[in-house]
Amino acid sequence: MTTQTSKPAASRAVWGVPLLLAAGAVTIILPLVHPMNGYILNLFMQAATYAMAVLGLTVVLGYTGQISLAQAAFFGLGAYGVAIGTTMLHWPFLLALLLGVAVAALLGAVLGASTLKLGGHYLAMVTISFQQILTLVLTNWIGLTNGPDGVRNIPRPSLFGLSLADSDRYLALCLVALYAVGFFVWWLKRTKLGLGMQAVRDNELAAEVVGVDTYRVKVTAFCLSALLGGLGGGLFAGGFGYISPDQFSFNESVVFMTMVLLGGADAAVGSAIGTVLLILLPEWLRFLRGAYLAVYGLAVILIMVFMPTGLWGLLSRLGGPPRLRERGVPEVLTLGGGAGSGETLLEIKGLAKHFGGLKALDGVDISVERGKVHALIGPNGSGKTTMLNVLSGIYKPTRGEVLVDGVKVSGRPPHELAAAGVGRTFQNIRLFHSLTVLENVVIGAQRPNNSAATTPDEVQRRAMAALDLVGMAARADLKVASLPYGHQRLVEIARALAGNPALLLLDEPAAGLNLTEKQELVGLLKRLAGHGLTLFLIDHDMNLVEQMADRITVLNFGKRIAEGAPAEVLRHPDVIAAYLGEVPDDAAA
Amino acid sequence: MAIFLQLLFTGVGIGSVYALVALGFVLIYRATNVVNFAQGEFAMLGAYAMVVLTQDLALPYWLAIPISLVIMAVVGALFNLGVYYPLRHRSFLPVVISTIGASILLTNSVLVGYGPQPESLQGMFDFPGFQIGEVFLDSQYLLIIVVTILLVAFQYFFFEHTLLGKKMQATSQDKEMASLLGIPVARMIMLTFIYSALLGGLAGILVAPIMFVSVGLGSQVALKAFAASIIGGFGDVTGAVVGGLSLGIIETFGAAYISVPYKDAFAFLVLFGFLLIRPQGLFGEKVAQKA
Repeated sequence: MTTQTSKPAASRAVWGVPLLLAAGAVTIILPLVHPMNGYILNLFMQAATYAMAVLGLTVVLGYTGQISLAQAAFFGLGAYGVAIGTTMLHWPFLLALLLGVAVAALLGAVLGASTLKLGGHYLAMVTISFQQILTLVLTNWIGLTNGPDGVRNIPRPSLFGLSLADSDRYLALCLVALYAVGFFVWWLKRTKLGLGMQAVRDNELAAEVVGVDTYRVKVTAFCLSALLGGLGGGLFAGGFGYISPDQFSFNESVVFMTMVLLGGADAAVGSAIGTVLLILLPEWLRFLRGAYLAVYGLAVILIMVFMPTGLWGLLSRLGGPPRLRERGVPEVLTLGGGAGSGETLLEIKGLAKHFGGLKALDGVDISVERGKVHALIGPNGSGKTTMLNVLSGIYKPTRGEVLVDGVKVSGRPPHELAAAGVGRTFQNIRLFHSLTVLENVVIGAQRPNNSAATTPDEVQRRAMAALDLVGMAARADLKVASLPYGHQRLVEIARALAGNPALLLLDEPAAGLNLTEKQELVGLLKRLAGHGLTLFLIDHDMNLVEQMADRITVLNFGKRIAEGAPAEVLRHPDVIAAYLGEVPDDAAA
Repeated sequence: MAIFLQLLFTGVGIGSVYALVALGFVLIYRATNVVNFAQGEFAMLGAYAMVVLTQDLALPYWLAIPISLVIMAVVGALFNLGVYYPLRHRSFLPVVISTIGASILLTNSVLVGYGPQPESLQGMFDFPGFQIGEVFLDSQYLLIIVVTILLVAFQYFFFEHTLLGKKMQATSQDKEMASLLGIPVARMIMLTFIYSALLGGLAGILVAPIMFVSVGLGSQVALKAFAASIIGGFGDVTGAVVGGLSLGIIETFGAAYISVPYKDAFAFLVLFGFLLIRPQGLFGEKVAQKA
């Protein structure tokens, strides 16, 4: 079955691409045939090279949501790479550029590595420190960088025997590079990596649980961002022929950040708009003289308060609500499990999780048969959610182990558990709120080792099939944030199903649903069970648990107090005592 | 030995300034869970307020200090209204970016008014200091150390032993719960911003005579203070003080014995070390994300 696109979307695509290509070609050719004065050329050159660095920031700040205040440092590394390579080592320009870009990318990856332990304000601080240290080194390591005087007479390259020493030709080179970078960043957003980045930005924990290796994604984002910054800086050095440390200071990092926020951090087009505006604005606002940075600061606050999605975000919202695309009839979702029912799928042995002195779980044994629905119940604070968090890898157990299909998985990070076939939903729904319904589910379908969807085409089809199963296919193109609560819950289940899990963990799936929605949920879960999918669920709704479960385990104070078929367990005196307090003697009589 | 003691004294003096600014960081962080990247600019504004009042308007010192503090209180209130309050329901990133914007705005506004050349402010006392053996105790450094000790004591008393302080603590720990208990959360946050602007401003006023007053003063002090709070353990008052003092000492000794141009880099190197090995700092804040 092929995905069909409707007429309006298709015609937009048909006209949009050649139009963009033509516009790009004109900007490249125009300076070549129509001589321009040097001042205008310099302005364009600055805009083109800055835009590459800003596009880098789009990747790390816009897509991945990681704050970086060191983009000018990477821009500077690229520039100094070219300067030192060409003037001191007498290397050819392209080799020197490669050196600068490589050093920038390497240090970008190192900076990204700090995200293993740190996020948020720590990360902001680390990037600022990195920026400051680089400025100190550029200023003080006079033997290498020529200190505050900077490096002069940086040559421009020849390509294929054609000298690019003329500013108009060199500008053409910069523009070609810029368009390539712009296309790459635009394309990246739709790839598996790009979706993973956006998942990290919107909800890092959920991203891990659906199988995104968030650490690797963040390091990659930093590395790419630094690489693009270095590329822009290297071309900047060739363009202007002279560089000095103050061109790559913290202030410039701030300028880069303002550019990306003004245009809209989430889109490549936005970054370009932001860059061009802020390069041209100081020209138009010459009367402000030294005050332009103060205006930038004010602009940053105003953008955050009034225009968090930037200019491009505003413009794209003017385009009206999202067009719903016409798609073919979705396939029927195939679900794992089924085969070999009766054997043990999930084996929990002596599992303990202590938080300081609190024993949230204290030596619990549970075994879940393949193709069965197993419910875990217990009063508040009995350790149910802790159990689910250990099973999905969010917590490492203090003692004991968890086996899936006979393989020990406890102690591994969540994305590896997802890869091993453990899917889950959260009690307080965790979706990627700025993405569409379909994109959320596609990220689920992209989980590593998902044998049901290996090619991008299969991933799309599987995501649609999962949405169809939960009854949300018609809403595939809506933003999840616009959906009512009950529908968000269904999308979260579809996201887990798209990953074709061997075992699905459901954390209070009925919480917050009204009666009708609960009945629909029971219908859906019964269909899943009918497909042979193994379910492990927590819920407080005994009616639902009794309808669904083949087996029930009861926890109290971190210990298992009963296990068996629903009818016997729910009437077990210890269970009643745990829920209602001690049973009075006369009630038993 | 004399040189060692002299350096130690200077280090503790500088470290006290970092500690004062770090306390401001910690307060706002505890009240709003947001790091105020413009905290250093409060110090810069305090120092410039003194320059304006004592030099341009030729007011006496004893009058200029309270007026500067009133100005800082107003700055704190406006800061809350303009930079934090409109974004209070949004996630962490927009608020942090907004405070970074405020830092740029404040720095460059002063730059437009006063230009890049640093101003100097005379010390608060006519007598230079005490000579004890071979160690000279500069009066301004002594003042800084004494004020820091008094403020830390005051802060401890205020938060642990007064109703207002306890209300502010409750606000910082759980805004919803505090609000349900009838604590006016918005007003508590306003007070927090005013108080930390005062702390920052006071640090600026104290440090102005020993450093040149320039627009870079804010970021210079703030980065160190921020590093100090991470080293001490973010959100912890004791940590901020210990972190600030250690950083001041490390930096002074580093400059004396290792390298002067890289003086500012020592703070960052120590910070990197801590971030890699013990990100929760000496006194510990839980960094891990809650599930």
